[in-house]
Amino acid sequence: MFRTQKYHAIQVDAEKCIGCIHCMKICPTEAIRVRNGLAEITGERCVDCGNCMRVCPTEAFYLLQDDLSLLGRYKYRVALFPSVLIGQFPEGVSDDQVYGALLKIGFTHLYEVEQPIQWMVEAYRDHHAAQSSQGPMISAFCPAIVRLIQIRYPSLIDRVMLINAPHDLAAHYALENLKAQGIDPEETGVFYIAPCSAKIAAVKNPLGEKESIVDGIINMNEIFNKVMAIVTADPGIATGEFRENLTREGILWCLPRGEARLFKRKSMAVDGVANVVKMLERMEMGEVPEVEFLELRACDQGCAGGIMVSGNRFLNVERLNRRSRKYPQAADHNPEGPSKKKVLQSLILHPIEPAYVFQLDKERGKAMEKLARINRLVHFLPAVDCGTCGTPGCRALAEDIVRGKASLQDCIFLQERSNRDDGSDLPALGKLERIWGSNRFNKSKREDTHEGF
Amino acid sequence: MVIEQQYFVKGGDFSRAGIASSETRKLLKQLGISPEKIRNIVIALYEAEMNIVAHAREGTIRISITRDSILMLLEDQGPGIPDIEQAMKEGFSTASSKVREMGFGAGMGLNNMKRNTDLLEITSTVGTGTTVRMINYF
Repeated sequence: MFRTQKYHAIQVDAEKCIGCIHCMKICPTEAIRVRNGLAEITGERCVDCGNCMRVCPTEAFYLLQDDLSLLGRYKYRVALFPSVLIGQFPEGVSDDQVYGALLKIGFTHLYEVEQPIQWMVEAYRDHHAAQSSQGPMISAFCPAIVRLIQIRYPSLIDRVMLINAPHDLAAHYALENLKAQGIDPEETGVFYIAPCSAKIAAVKNPLGEKESIVDGIINMNEIFNKVMAIVTADPGIATGEFRENLTREGILWCLPRGEARLFKRKSMAVDGVANVVKMLERMEMGEVPEVEFLELRACDQGCAGGIMVSGNRFLNVERLNRRSRKYPQAADHNPEGPSKKKVLQSLILHPIEPAYVFQLDKERGKAMEKLARINRLVHFLPAVDCGTCGTPGCRALAEDIVRGKASLQDCIFLQERSNRDDGSDLPALGKLERIWGSNRFNKSKREDTHEGF
Repeated sequence: MVIEQQYFVKGGDFSRAGIASSETRKLLKQLGISPEKIRNIVIALYEAEMNIVAHAREGTIRISITRDSILMLLEDQGPGIPDIEQAMKEGFSTASSKVREMGFGAGMGLNNMKRNTDLLEITSTVGTGTTVRMINYF
């Protein structure tokens, strides 16, 4: 049984959440509601893009992750981390210093995940050569995007290229390497230093895979702080052996056009979840870009803008660009090895089933009745999408009412209107009218404006 | 039970074109229609909508969704189509160069509609307008 159920890494801290509506308004799948003064995430809709975390004024969101103390359980402790970890450090901090600090923290083996990237490139090329359908393949690199397509754009799920992301490449590569050295997998703990919520969810509970390959997830922010504290006083040691297979393309993989560059002009790269949504909307309408490969990333500037990546995303990109020039090109560095075939095989994902989370009812007749009711209800709602009812907008409230999760009385505009109908002309209504216009408080039908689902 | 929607389309307004197909797509998703069926419906409707934008002065789109089917009725006030049979041929286009520059008018429109719908009827009066009726069964 392959996992298809929803799991999400983003959690709400009830102590910190002030129940404002920033997160609810920005969520690309309308997964958040405010209830009892707290943000509530609907698991089946959450794609772990991290938009809510970015806009939260009180840092009330946290991620499910593991503690560094977990390292103590294993004799061999493997750290897997994306190149953006290195991109955060200021000029003058060398690769050796960062790697040295990671060893000091307690890891015994270090694998920057984008290696050997040439194997990944081969997997992409093989897949591309084997595919028969017309139009672009969509990269499965960004797990938030894969989940977004799965629930919001199910007709495009067939376009998703069923190849794993570099963290799987590195995990399998590392395990095979250690096995070759005679190290017992039972004594080995594999830890992934995650740049974002989506990667955490993907590693903890992967779509299209049997089970997760890692033993623990470590927050990149925590590692960054610990490494920073060490490198300021430590010149570092020679750690080049860990980067034998690191190449220019590998370092740049997680940045915009990192994958797309493989397909040269027959490719397109879009970053930022709002931009990706616009692109996918068009594609569902049949306006498919004439390219062979689409790289879609939820974060602006790719993983350099990851929710757990510190510092300025543009500076991170610049530093990684500069760093990459010190490394050989992937084409000149394609290590062969006994494990290659096995690793390549493990990169292939099983087909991902679409999830119809926006369906109103499993039974068509009932769904139609509900839809008709929503269409009637929205005409009574004020179309200001103020969010005071705890849903992202008026149409979302109508949907929630029909799903039995809210009521018309949740709308403060309707409350004021019914007060007026009762004959109690409150001074507050006059004030509200001055802001929103008197039409908002009339029963007359008006055009609905909110998009909704 | 029938769910009805109506949209007004203004000729030449390419920037806003696609509203009817986009909205319809969302409704069909909520009804749990299969992605393949939605894809066909939306492509056909989008093409038809674009035809109004590209050729007509204005038009109305009426959508009626029942348990088993969707009826799309598009009526426009525009130049009309003198020879519908010829217009159905792939590559035939009367779109202006301006429209073509925007990436439309490749002459695939009517064909694309036909491919993606179960029933297509076009009636047209030159100088008055065109009516397109499409039905897709779920």
